[in-house]
Amino acid sequence: MANFTKVSRRSLLRGAAAATTALAAPTIFTSKAWAAGYTNEPKGSTVTLGFNVPQTGAYADEGADELRAYQLAVEHINGEGDGGMLNTFSSKALTGAGVNGKKVVFVTGDTQTKSDAARASAKRMIEKDGAVMITGGSSSGVAIAVQGLCQDAGVIFMAGLTHSNDTTGKDKRANGFRHFFNTEMTGAALAPVLKNNFGTERNAYHLTADYTWGWSQEGSIKKYTEQLGWNTAAAVRTPLGAGDFSQYITPVLNSGADTLVLNHYGRDMVNSLTQAVQFGLRDKQVNGKDFAIVVPLYSRLMAQGAGENVKGIFGSTNWHWSLQDEGSKAFVKSFGQKYGFPPSQAAHTTYCQALLYADAAQRAGTFRPSGVGKSLEGFKFDGLGNGPTEYRAEDHQCFKDVLVVKGKENPSSKFDVLEVVEVTPRAQVEYPASLLGGELGPYNDGA
Amino acid sequence: MVAIIKKQSDLVLLLCFAAAVLAGPVILQPFGAGYPDLLQKFAIFGIFAIGFNILFGLTGYLSFGHAAFLGIGSYTAVWTFKLLSMNPLPAVLLATLLGGLFAALIGFISLRRTGIYFSILTLAFAQMSYNLAYSVLTPITNGETGLQLRQADPRVLDVAFGRDYGAVLPSSDLFGIDMTGYPGFYFCAAVLILCFYISMRIFRSPFGMMLRAVKSNQNRMNYTGLNTRPYALAAFVISGMYAGLAGGLLAVTDPLAGAERMQWTASGEVVLMTILGGTGTLLGPVIGAGAIKYFENIFSAFNENILLNTFSFLPETLQHAVVSVASLFVGEGWHLTLGALFMVIVIFLPGGLMEGVRRFGVLFKRKADSDGPTETQPASAE
Amino acid sequence: MDAILLQILNGLDKGGAYALIALGLTIIFGTLGVVNFAHGALFMMGAFCAVSIKALFTLEKVVLDPTKLTAWGTPMEIRTPYIESWFGDVGVWMIDYSVPLSILLAIPVMLFIGVAMERGLIRYFYKRPHAEQILVTFGLAIVIQELVKSQFGANPIPQPAPDTAKGMLDFGVMIGFDAGNVVYPAWRLIYFLFSTLVIAGVFAFLQFTTFGMVVRAGMADRETVGLLGIDIDRKFTIVFGLAAVVAGLAGVMYTPILSPDYHMGMDFLVLSFVVVVVGGMGSLGGAVVAGFLLGILQSLASMEEVKQILPGIDQIIIYLIAVVVLLARPRGLMGRKGMMEG
Repeated sequence: MANFTKVSRRSLLRGAAAATTALAAPTIFTSKAWAAGYTNEPKGSTVTLGFNVPQTGAYADEGADELRAYQLAVEHINGEGDGGMLNTFSSKALTGAGVNGKKVVFVTGDTQTKSDAARASAKRMIEKDGAVMITGGSSSGVAIAVQGLCQDAGVIFMAGLTHSNDTTGKDKRANGFRHFFNTEMTGAALAPVLKNNFGTERNAYHLTADYTWGWSQEGSIKKYTEQLGWNTAAAVRTPLGAGDFSQYITPVLNSGADTLVLNHYGRDMVNSLTQAVQFGLRDKQVNGKDFAIVVPLYSRLMAQGAGENVKGIFGSTNWHWSLQDEGSKAFVKSFGQKYGFPPSQAAHTTYCQALLYADAAQRAGTFRPSGVGKSLEGFKFDGLGNGPTEYRAEDHQCFKDVLVVKGKENPSSKFDVLEVVEVTPRAQVEYPASLLGGELGPYNDGA
Repeated sequence: MVAIIKKQSDLVLLLCFAAAVLAGPVILQPFGAGYPDLLQKFAIFGIFAIGFNILFGLTGYLSFGHAAFLGIGSYTAVWTFKLLSMNPLPAVLLATLLGGLFAALIGFISLRRTGIYFSILTLAFAQMSYNLAYSVLTPITNGETGLQLRQADPRVLDVAFGRDYGAVLPSSDLFGIDMTGYPGFYFCAAVLILCFYISMRIFRSPFGMMLRAVKSNQNRMNYTGLNTRPYALAAFVISGMYAGLAGGLLAVTDPLAGAERMQWTASGEVVLMTILGGTGTLLGPVIGAGAIKYFENIFSAFNENILLNTFSFLPETLQHAVVSVASLFVGEGWHLTLGALFMVIVIFLPGGLMEGVRRFGVLFKRKADSDGPTETQPASAE
Repeated sequence: MDAILLQILNGLDKGGAYALIALGLTIIFGTLGVVNFAHGALFMMGAFCAVSIKALFTLEKVVLDPTKLTAWGTPMEIRTPYIESWFGDVGVWMIDYSVPLSILLAIPVMLFIGVAMERGLIRYFYKRPHAEQILVTFGLAIVIQELVKSQFGANPIPQPAPDTAKGMLDFGVMIGFDAGNVVYPAWRLIYFLFSTLVIAGVFAFLQFTTFGMVVRAGMADRETVGLLGIDIDRKFTIVFGLAAVVAGLAGVMYTPILSPDYHMGMDFLVLSFVVVVVGGMGSLGGAVVAGFLLGILQSLASMEEVKQILPGIDQIIIYLIAVVVLLARPRGLMGRKGMMEG
């Protein structure tokens, strides 16, 4: 076992020095002997949270931004820094003295944006580091996989960036909570804006990433645009990571469609949008109308990769740093001063999730998943940048206003890519929990 | 006489191996790797790599598509859980069988070619499986999300035997022993030891000799009137079964099967594990698998805070300098360490980590019996 | 009809990239006998030559404006590219043409990288088994990739084509179609022309120069050429450099089509191996033919009409073709016997 002896000294040093995590670490046998306890019940003076974000692969930058936000959140919860959104948060349970009298510490891991790796990483946090909550991620597949794991292990999962309906629909779990919005809300929020800008007689052509999130997105946009009276000319599936989308874009040219909907995210979105513009679709005229391109889910961080191609293109986003409410301003200020650039929507949602978890645990007076869950269920709050928000009890999904944005024509800096066109009020994007199916099941407190 | 010694030393090796594996949780604890999930991964990927080594180490056929069998094993196991029973035995058995079956199919076609043409054929099959599993075959594979258990699954055998899991999602159990955590690891460890034993027997058998002959000179074998393809195919199927078994065990310890398991990077990973550990050696693949999984799970978890703590004994300016350099290699930079490790190993230890162990052993031996005749030119690790 | 013609254009475009990468890969195979898994990384580094040039051209003079504040309360920065303030309009033009201008940088840089790689690492692996070549070059590719990531981040970085080449060109009119029927982005046509030029250049170089003759002889029988007293090693170093330049140029010119990120090399790696093998190991012509063929077939298979008959065919077409070709023609389209079969 020569390879293990190589790192032994460093590991030992680390083990000695990183006493903070070690204190909270459980014994190696998490047996069912302590039936009265719950998984990783913090016994020392600290409580460990697990930040599971993509650090390698296509979403590494988004993951890095999530990690920055988590670090900021931990500082604020522990009473360091300027307090950020804690000052604007409507719940005043957190006082900057940690949670339930314990200092918050954290461990990090790499999801690689792969279900397997994400689960392995989350398991490490639960089994080795004693994390009592897992949060983070930048894709729905990973979110659903880790959510299932957390349910089985008996810890809370606070989803990061995941936009598929399934996370709080078909695959919802009692131990899982999502602050981010979903494709259903995107459809409902985007449709009225599309109607105002492009009218009711449009012929839409969809290009859809060929996996669950893409289908979910395509379904929602179709549903709401067809209600407006739009026609769906075609919905073509594209392989994930196709790189060059020209073979899917050229058929659009002569299809008679006058609107292109790109149900792509991340690199696929950057490439397909860049190439669609390259093929002249943004300047085209069809049926006497200006051709329109729509990107239902925008990410400012990713949109930077498409450069000037995003100009004038509509989409939706969970949050944007140019918002002028007190919460957003406080968050942008404290993030920007620490890191020198504004936070992304991924950073915002993960910061909120960390805060919401800490607040719920504080109000519940325990870290027991069922206790934390109960105090999150139906929790109404404000001051976290999205206006009045509610964690719906039936599906553990946050309901809040949705931002419709447009690529900015004259950006003043490289971060200033999107402008908010409309804030669609929450009432307009709400749907009955039964619409998406699935079963929450009971809470699992684990061991 | 020689045969007896060999048999004895084999037995010693097997016993040492078994002892080391079973004591894994204790041995690996100081390295931060003594927790169930990583131990399970060590054992499972050890099996995967041992199986791969039977094909690559003995016959020299470099398959770039073995992840496909791993994925098929996982899907089979999860479907067995869903349809039949949460007991791991039928799941593992069926996973092995189906892994073997697909290996027979793909191997039969791919083995018509040799060298890199063979590699590309296996790669092509695996990539087709992956791409289809991710998209078109979603009804079977549940695509991006991965195939999961549901409460409402039929589980006909469990129902027939009157097992009721109640309102919670079941996890697999061996007649009442839960297959998560340490029991899961010991189950995998037992299978690993069995697999190691089988592989050892294959290495020592006439069949193993035949496979080595395929590697050394296939043409000569053909000229002597022997058709080598059945032998190569047998090795391919065996390694496919190992992969299916490993995939099944992945599902046993964690009942979710994701499509990424079949991607070419996953196929590449097992190749790297085997070469890193030492191709054609018995122990090498297990060690290689352990090394890569260790990097993936432990190095990626180091973040700036941990580093700052680690180097807190240094003066502050130096501490920050050291941390900024070190953080290149851990946390989000763990790939860099892995890449550098590959290069260093291949450049300085062409036989993989096992060659390092052997060289170390030779050095030690030389010191011990310096007056006796020493073997100065050790045989290559291949 | 024009729909199919457009798809063929798409295919030629894609094929151009495939062929250029595969060409370098197969030259290295053929002459040096090395399986170079770092070839994708060379393509990626070419693309990042363009990124670096753009970054260099747009180096900005930062002036803090204390009267205006950013959203997070620090003084607003006013940024003007140095090059603009120094050269005025010429500077603006240089920024606009940064991608084609990057070629000037990419050629020496990639040549240097290629030669350094061969001298520093690859030459020690000529006699080693292919598996070890794969491991070491794969490790190198990861290292390069991670270094690029730590420098440039993981997100794609947009590299727009020059303004004049951004629009569409009515290509159909030139070949006798009605106006407006076959319109194609100008930059993609440029890319196709560029790739054919480079391919032609490489072939001419190998065909009509003494150097090329020696290299071709070396590809056919390395030992004999060495015995003739020719310093084949030195030649091979240059060959490796040449292959690196070809991959790098492919990368530079591809950036307006595909915003470069650190991972793009890996994405092209597997594909280019398939192309090389389908073409036949060590066959230059084969690599080019296979590159264009796979590009075109991939485009055609993506048409909705085809996908309705065979769902998911666009996901697997490349690999399916590889299987069919290799079963029908044991050594690929134009492969020679004995090459890389052991």
